[in-house]
Amino acid sequence: MNENDPQISQDITNLITVGNAFSEHAKMSMRNVNVFYADKQAIHDVSLDIGKNEVVAMIGPSGCGKSTFLRCMNRMNDTIDSCRIEGDFRLEEDDIYHPNQDVVALRARVGIVFQKPNPFPKSIYDNVAYGPKVHGLASSKTDLDEIVETSLVRAGLWNEVKDRLTAAGTGLSGGQQQRLCIARTIAVGPEVILMDEPCSALDPIATAKIEELIAELSQNFTIAIVTHSMQQAARVSQRTAYFHMGKLIEVNDTKKVFTNPEHELTEAYITGRFG
Amino acid sequence: MTNLSSQPAANAQTPSTMDLVNKNLAKRYRAEKRFKAYGIAAILFGLACLVILFTDIVSKGHSAFLQTYVYLEVTYDADTLEIDDINNPQQIAIADYSALVKASLRQQFTDAKSRKERRNLYGLVSNGASFTLRESLEDNPALLNQTVGVWLLADDDVDTYYKSRGDDKADAFVGRLVPKQVAWIETWITNQQIKKRFNTTFFTSGDSREPEQAGILGAMAGSLFTLLVTIILSFPIGVAAAVYLEEYAPKNKLTDFIEVNINNLAAVPSIIFGLLGLAIFIGYFEMHRSLPLVGGLVLSLMTLPTIIISSRAAIKSVPPSIRDAALGLGASKMQVILHHVLPLSMPGMLTGAIIGFAQALGETAPLLMIGMVAFIVDIPGGISDPSTVLPVQIFLWSDSPERAFIERTSAAIMVLLAFLITMNTFAILLRNRLERRW
Amino acid sequence: MNTSMLLVIAIIMMAMAFFLGRKRAITVAGGNHGIRNLNSLPGYYGTLSALWCGIPSLLILALWVIFDDYIIIQIIIQELPTSSQALSESELGLLLNTVANIALNNSSTLVAEPFIIEAADRLNGLKSISQMALSVVILCVAMGLALFSWLRVNTQLKARVKVENVFKIVLLLCASIAVFTTAGIVFSVIFESIKFFQSVPFFDFVFGLQWSPQMAIRADQIGGSGAFGAVPLFAGTMLISVIAMIIAVPAGLMAAIYLSEYASPKVRTIVKPALEVLAGVPTVVYGFFAALTVAPYLRDTGSMFGLSVSSESALAAGLVMGVMIIPFISSLSDDVINAVPQSLRDGSLGLGATHSETIKQVIIPAALPGIVGGILLAVSRAIGETMIVVMAAGLAANLTANPLESVTTVTVQIVTLLVGDQEFNSPKTLSAFALGLMLFLITLALNSIALMVVKKYREQYE
Repeated sequence: MNENDPQISQDITNLITVGNAFSEHAKMSMRNVNVFYADKQAIHDVSLDIGKNEVVAMIGPSGCGKSTFLRCMNRMNDTIDSCRIEGDFRLEEDDIYHPNQDVVALRARVGIVFQKPNPFPKSIYDNVAYGPKVHGLASSKTDLDEIVETSLVRAGLWNEVKDRLTAAGTGLSGGQQQRLCIARTIAVGPEVILMDEPCSALDPIATAKIEELIAELSQNFTIAIVTHSMQQAARVSQRTAYFHMGKLIEVNDTKKVFTNPEHELTEAYITGRFG
Repeated sequence: MTNLSSQPAANAQTPSTMDLVNKNLAKRYRAEKRFKAYGIAAILFGLACLVILFTDIVSKGHSAFLQTYVYLEVTYDADTLEIDDINNPQQIAIADYSALVKASLRQQFTDAKSRKERRNLYGLVSNGASFTLRESLEDNPALLNQTVGVWLLADDDVDTYYKSRGDDKADAFVGRLVPKQVAWIETWITNQQIKKRFNTTFFTSGDSREPEQAGILGAMAGSLFTLLVTIILSFPIGVAAAVYLEEYAPKNKLTDFIEVNINNLAAVPSIIFGLLGLAIFIGYFEMHRSLPLVGGLVLSLMTLPTIIISSRAAIKSVPPSIRDAALGLGASKMQVILHHVLPLSMPGMLTGAIIGFAQALGETAPLLMIGMVAFIVDIPGGISDPSTVLPVQIFLWSDSPERAFIERTSAAIMVLLAFLITMNTFAILLRNRLERRW
Repeated sequence: MNTSMLLVIAIIMMAMAFFLGRKRAITVAGGNHGIRNLNSLPGYYGTLSALWCGIPSLLILALWVIFDDYIIIQIIIQELPTSSQALSESELGLLLNTVANIALNNSSTLVAEPFIIEAADRLNGLKSISQMALSVVILCVAMGLALFSWLRVNTQLKARVKVENVFKIVLLLCASIAVFTTAGIVFSVIFESIKFFQSVPFFDFVFGLQWSPQMAIRADQIGGSGAFGAVPLFAGTMLISVIAMIIAVPAGLMAAIYLSEYASPKVRTIVKPALEVLAGVPTVVYGFFAALTVAPYLRDTGSMFGLSVSSESALAAGLVMGVMIIPFISSLSDDVINAVPQSLRDGSLGLGATHSETIKQVIIPAALPGIVGGILLAVSRAIGETMIVVMAAGLAANLTANPLESVTTVTVQIVTLLVGDQEFNSPKTLSAFALGLMLFLITLALNSIALMVVKKYREQYE
């Protein structure tokens, strides 16, 4: 297949996405997205839907734009001055990038979990209570206690930390820290959770726990997850999107992507020829 | 949001979440704006202070760069001067030239009758005027018994009056001048016998009790010698100490102790270094007071921690790969340091050192302790001549009651700031060059 | 030969030793082709010879210069008439001064007792003997050592290792100067302070409420008894420092927050150096500004509102000091805030917190130890600041908390007590050293705590 090596043989400028990028019950829908860092284009004309209560995995080699795309979905890229975004992002009917769309309110609906666990240097309780507090979601201390407890329970951390809620969040193990960050995110009650390689800094056992958690969370939340590990994508997601050099190459049911990819670039990636 | 009913857990929260979030949004954004405004206010406050400080100094000091001179017809009368042999330099040197000025003044203003009035009249011209006359006679002995018009240095009260006068007599600052003196000055102004010239005295002479004759050359020379001693002592020692701590020092208690010491010394108040200088250099080693040598020693000890800290940072910024490369070729540790580390970190070290020297140049308190506050007219010629330094000169003048000293103090501050800004700009340029390199 | 001449000679001898050693090394190795047989490069042999020849000679020179005066004076004292030897220390000092003056002037025009003239002659004689002896000793030692090192050059000698060891020791000595300086500070203030506490009890000094160091000249003078209660000075210092911190902490901190969190890079590159200019302005300039512009302005404004503001009010000094400290706090806080990892900001923003909520509730708490450390350093600087208060604050030791009144500070008193001529052993002069000791201890404690806190903080995020 050497002479047909997709990296060499194909001109990727004219690629169009193959497979099924759209969803009937779209929670979020992105159309014709282009993202630039200063003069460099990081995302080329990507369209994708995330269905309600669906887990969509985004995979692809390093620098393919999957994380950039994810961060655009709750406007985290607003903090980067040189970043310019074109295209249409919708959360249900609301235009995410509409001038009247409030970014704070948006992030309350679309939460994000980062690559490296980043608990605040506060107590476990305060970490989880932070979001509800800034948004004014709890009307009383009991309310807040309840939110903290349910969030920690749902993040599967409650039993491990219930006796030391006042201990520093930074004192937990890496896996626990990441689950704390997930608890912190769901405490705000978002509709969508974005996860940016949430397990890349964790050991296999902690990773397994987070993966279990994702499966449970998908009952209640819509989840988009960027991952480096194809196995993880295969385990947790219903649909998988393959990015390559800023383009969305293929979106299909996860099973299909990993057993019978439509596009040869996808095939090249999942068979480990580059990545 | 009815379609969310399929999410049992989210159902309980979601609708109220967005309502609650939206309810608070306006308040939160007002807080955000307020917070940002505090930040802008803080910065504007800082910048305003800077602007006020500089405009205040400049507005007070700019006039000192001009000096008032008075035009008088002076007759080099041999009898008044008691010169009978024009070829005798001794006679020319000791002659009483102020008598010429007095005669000329009496001639112009015949209304000064009483002794007191005459004394007031003579007070209008600086006693420095006689030096001018002596010099011109020394240069040109043929002037003897001639009458010539000369521009002579006016007294500081006249200077202040004339500078503050503007177009309207009423604005002028009279100060100690009596009405008669004011009338005489006004006569000069009508006759255009008075004018402002560039104040060369300010840059070419030492301190004086008379503001119009006071200059900063002595203080500048003192500052120069003091700084020279500081540079010669503190830079090599500071660099050597930094090299030891970065390249040789083992990780042990002694090294920790030295490090803690250096960091603490950097924050010790400068006046404490003055006490050290007083007790050790002057009290114990019995060095003389007011010497640039002692001042330089004290300032070296004070600047040393700054230089060590910045030099260490510069040495740290040399990539370890360069050391490894040289060591791999078989160079010894000393060769690595002398051939690679020091040349590469030199710009960084110089940057830090220059900033330290600028601080030393502006330092006053420790020098007060070691007696550099003496009133010294002579311009020092070396590190062992008693002298003062520019900041101390500023301190001394600011204490003087004469109004004319205020503008000179401000002018001296402008000169000092000019030096400091030059040094710091140089340091910044050096730093920028360094940044481009890596 | 005088000392500087000898110094030059010693240096020339070192240079000669260098060339001789190098040449000898090449010869021993058997010419330029034999250099490979040597343990080190010929230059190292030369350097080693120069060090062997130079260091002992220079050491002897230094010790001689330091001690010969003392020894000569002891000899002179021994030879003085017994009546003079019995004089008190200060009188003897005066006498010796006269001797030294006469010896310097070489003149007999001064009327003096014969034994003094004799002592002066003897002084000059001893001095020239000492100088001559020194020259001979230095020349002999330098030449002897040069010869010795020349003889020791052989192919096995590890010249490079030895030179490097000397190099390392010199560096270590330079590094320890900081320790010697600290020791020097401690000793210079502690000895005089002990003398002071012998005449004024320690507790009277630390807890006394009256400060009037002027000893009585007339018997009826009030407060002229020499009261050394330092409380008013510490109170005054604290008052001015508190005013300064009230200005500097909010302004410096908010400026740092704005610059590191909100300002565009363009604004930052202009504003940051502009604020740093404030830090580079010498304190004497601030003092001038405080005394001649701010203080009169406050007095006039105060009288407009019917307040009587002292023309040396604590407020004027404190305000100006606060302005001086703004850039200090802002640059320290800036460093600290920038050390907070970006991931924490992302975490908070990702939850939907606004920028100011993120700063107030996540970044500042995270950076708090560092900020507190910076503030402590600033307080220590305010306490030790001298010129602003010397020029703008008063001399009268009032015990008051009213910022419109005039107070005095520790540093002001040190300067007033020590500037100009003073008798070295009066309690008045010694009290300045006791104040210096207190000042040193307080600032040292503040700095140590601050540096420790900041260090811990930095390690946390490294």
